[in-house]
Amino acid sequence: MLTGLTLTQARAGLAARKFSARELAQAHLDAIGRLNTALNAYITVLPEQDVLASADAADARYAAGTAGLMDGLPIGVKDLFCTKGVRTTAASKMLENFVPPYESTVTANLLNAGAVFLGKTNLDEFAMGSANMSSAFGPTTNPWTRKGDESTALVPGGSSGGSSAAVAAGLALAATGTDTGGSIRQPAAYCGIVGLKPTYGRCSRWGTIAFASSLDQAGPMTRSVADAGLMLEAMAGFDAKDSTSSNRPVPEFHKAVGKSVKGLRVGIPTEYRAPGLPADVVAMWEQGIAWLKAAGCEVVDVSLPHTRHGLTTYYIIAPAECSSNLARYDGIRFGLRKDAPTLDGVYEATRAAGFGQEVRNRILMGTYVLSAGYYDAYYLKAQKVRTLIKRDFEQAFENVDVLLTPTAPSAAFAQGENMDDPVQMYLNDIFTVPASMAGVPALSVPVGLNGVGLPLGLQVIGKHFDEETVLSIGGALEAAAGFTHKPSVHAGAGA
Amino acid sequence: MSYTIEGRTGTWEIVVGLEVHAQVISHSKLFSGASTTFGGDPNTQVSLVDAAFPGMLPVINHECVAQAIRTGLGLKAQINLNSRFDRKNYFYADLPQGYQISQFEYPIVGKGTISIELQNGDVREIGVTRLHLEQDAGKLLHDQDPTKSFVDLNRSGVALMEIVSEPDIREPEEAGAYLRKLRQILRYLGTCDGNMEEGSMRADVNVSVRKAGEPFRTRCEIKNVNSIRFVMQAIEVEAARQVEIWENGGEVDQETRLFDPSRGETRTMRSKEDAHDYRYFPDPDLLPLVLEQAWVDELAAQLPELPDAKRARFQAEYGIAFYDAGVLVAEQAVADYYETVARGRDGKLAATWVMGDLFAALNRTGNSIETSPVSAEALGKMLDLIADKTINGKIAKEVFEDMVETGESPDAIVEKKGLRQVTDTGVIDAAISAILDKHADKLAEYRSGKDKLFGFFVGQVMKETKGKANPALVNEALKARLDA
Amino acid sequence: MSLDLATTRRIAKLARIGLEDNELEATRQKLNGILGWIDQLAEVDVTGVPPMVGTETETLRQREDKVTDGNCRDALLACAPETSGPFYTVPKVVE
Repeated sequence: MLTGLTLTQARAGLAARKFSARELAQAHLDAIGRLNTALNAYITVLPEQDVLASADAADARYAAGTAGLMDGLPIGVKDLFCTKGVRTTAASKMLENFVPPYESTVTANLLNAGAVFLGKTNLDEFAMGSANMSSAFGPTTNPWTRKGDESTALVPGGSSGGSSAAVAAGLALAATGTDTGGSIRQPAAYCGIVGLKPTYGRCSRWGTIAFASSLDQAGPMTRSVADAGLMLEAMAGFDAKDSTSSNRPVPEFHKAVGKSVKGLRVGIPTEYRAPGLPADVVAMWEQGIAWLKAAGCEVVDVSLPHTRHGLTTYYIIAPAECSSNLARYDGIRFGLRKDAPTLDGVYEATRAAGFGQEVRNRILMGTYVLSAGYYDAYYLKAQKVRTLIKRDFEQAFENVDVLLTPTAPSAAFAQGENMDDPVQMYLNDIFTVPASMAGVPALSVPVGLNGVGLPLGLQVIGKHFDEETVLSIGGALEAAAGFTHKPSVHAGAGA
Repeated sequence: MSYTIEGRTGTWEIVVGLEVHAQVISHSKLFSGASTTFGGDPNTQVSLVDAAFPGMLPVINHECVAQAIRTGLGLKAQINLNSRFDRKNYFYADLPQGYQISQFEYPIVGKGTISIELQNGDVREIGVTRLHLEQDAGKLLHDQDPTKSFVDLNRSGVALMEIVSEPDIREPEEAGAYLRKLRQILRYLGTCDGNMEEGSMRADVNVSVRKAGEPFRTRCEIKNVNSIRFVMQAIEVEAARQVEIWENGGEVDQETRLFDPSRGETRTMRSKEDAHDYRYFPDPDLLPLVLEQAWVDELAAQLPELPDAKRARFQAEYGIAFYDAGVLVAEQAVADYYETVARGRDGKLAATWVMGDLFAALNRTGNSIETSPVSAEALGKMLDLIADKTINGKIAKEVFEDMVETGESPDAIVEKKGLRQVTDTGVIDAAISAILDKHADKLAEYRSGKDKLFGFFVGQVMKETKGKANPALVNEALKARLDA
Repeated sequence: MSLDLATTRRIAKLARIGLEDNELEATRQKLNGILGWIDQLAEVDVTGVPPMVGTETETLRQREDKVTDGNCRDALLACAPETSGPFYTVPKVVE
């Protein structure tokens, strides 16, 4: 089943000429044709002839022996990465018809590595959300369903929910995501796939539509930990066009998977054992600890005392940055414009019509916390607390190599749930946000199913620029868990 | 304090601070690789970054940082090795990002000073509060369409230095002197061309009034005044307006105003109520700007000689007056011209020629020092001809005018016109004999004690020799003959 | 801190998002809910703690002063909802 392969398997199959890139691409286009209406994982599917042309070019490179790292591998691209000549919407009415005349650095890197793009995947509008419910193009549906309750549509998580659903359902071998407070890891956990948020600065932000600049980071969403390493290798790298891009060399990440984890020290943040954490999540966490102990890791308790303020801090800093980053959507140079007799009228009409409610609320919140008289109490305070959170991690990492936590406090929930109380919705990010605040790498690995058959993920958090150890530990968890479950909707089902 | 306003309730003094926006001389923009050239076709010098397309990011231009440091050094200011960029958030059609990248809390340059000289020769120090780097905005054209304004983003993102003075200025004349001196320093440094007509230097003027000894009263900011003369006028009319309000028992509102030169008045642009709330915060797309002291030292070592130092040196080295030195250093090009003429020659004579005949000729022919028909080398050569007595001062004027007209070298003109000075005492003696014969009556008068007639005889002899006789030799020989 | 309607209106104006009066009230309530939760942050002692700016893993790199960009007017203007000749256009602004 070509749509069920990992990147690593497909790469080997292509190299051995067991199947062609064209066959691989065609299988995915067919799967998208059959399932995307139900899942709404893609906002835009590329024209078939374009996809097949890229696949043919990849086949030619295989024949010539010049194939790149991702050559011929069909993937989905979160619709937050600007793609030259291909509509890029950020799942917003504001950019409904925006066709960028440029290619983001991350997608350009992937194209250079030979990847075949299938289309642009759905997301929460401007990546703001944890359920994919705020997309102007309609929500994405999680391909997983609860056992005995197959008719209730679940969220795929967010904001990279279209990517996670597509990868889980066999509509792409892998997909790009972006993570600001958990937008790669949480949907990966909800859909039973692997998601890696690299260290801040590892992947260039140039050409990726900004949400919160000091937090945004692109990363891979894949079916295996090794795939995440492989794909990150292709995505990452220094970019002179991004002042926050790191010029450290990019290691051969995929080689980190399978390395012995014996003797590595794994920290368990005691503060994450929050009261009210569901028993199935706690049990899975304990299971993960046991697996790592069995693999030879030394597991110790660590304290991240300020971590419980991570979420509130995040919900000041991210909206503040977004309120400024989204000021450029003003109806003048690109995107939607609503006419009015005055300039301010154009601004107000355009931005009211172009932004959905969640985006508007975050812009307003951000405007408020930066405004005169409130800056010190909110924004400045949050930036100081952020220093404390970062120090917590630095201190913890003096004694341990990685931290192990659940990725999310629950499995996927139903569409429409948690919609009325934004704070309840924000709590989904409680375990993912602190690593974003500190800028450290973090990986979500699917490790099992809960009582109703929904996947749960564990999160491995590492030191700055030490994705390799994160991947090694993730690989060990993956090997121990042997997660091979499939969602109820996937390309291989009934075929 | 020479400038005050006499009101009904007493004497008022004015308090002025200036915020100057100086466009940085660089090839490309502060945060993008688009060109900064003035006068390009609309929207051609615009990159995706300048038009604030989604996902675009700023990367700082090294030369713009260097220019800010040079300017800071020229203003004898503190260079801050750690500074930062902030976003100033507001919406306007000329501001694509919806924010201006600027430096709010931590500017690259701190306190400095500018020494100004007034008409009466007084010298005052005006404090500079800070200098920071920021982005310029685009340009709006209002006269192209009845209902639309047109947007040209060529200037969007060009680097500006905002140079803020302390409220140390007390007279319109001081404001003018400050701006002229600042412009002179910027031009010497090559960090800004100081061209106010093209908008590469613009001033915001903060004006308040108070009675002597009082703390500051409410100030108004007059935005974007585009000539030194208008700055001085705006201060006068704004100060008078404020005195009027206070004396009528009113309150001056803190507000932003515009100066209308055609009506000679200022008017409200934006009141305090609708003042912007700029929501400054550190730009998360940029990291802190950290400078190496060694680089700052290197830039300091390469700094050109600045006007004050040059003026002092001209005085000392060429023996010219303080005032003259001031005139000669006003523009770098004039100073260079003068120095080429004066080096190794009589500095005072060089100053007299440059400031006198040369300036007059430039004026008359509509030339600048850069396009002068007489090169500094040629003028120097002419001074050499005076020094080695090939020509005398009077003939030199004739030679110089010929140089202005023909651009020929002074030697060639002297040869062509046969203007070589007569130093042959035989020729001079013959001329003297002829004159004394012709004016026997005057000779008698002289000898009877009318000494003043000596000058008459000198003039006649010079005339007889067509001005070419060496005046010293004429004097000497004439004296010997008359007093014999 | 609790948000009143006037402040909600003011920040909507600052953010240039045109909201109807009924939307303003709904927005106010929503933001207030979040603010009430965020106010937990007040309890954290940050005495002497510097604010974090970016992730501070490196300092600012500087690029060479070269013209490497621009001259792409057609591509830029093609994305604009309204243009006239070589210009972007907006409703007339009077200063």
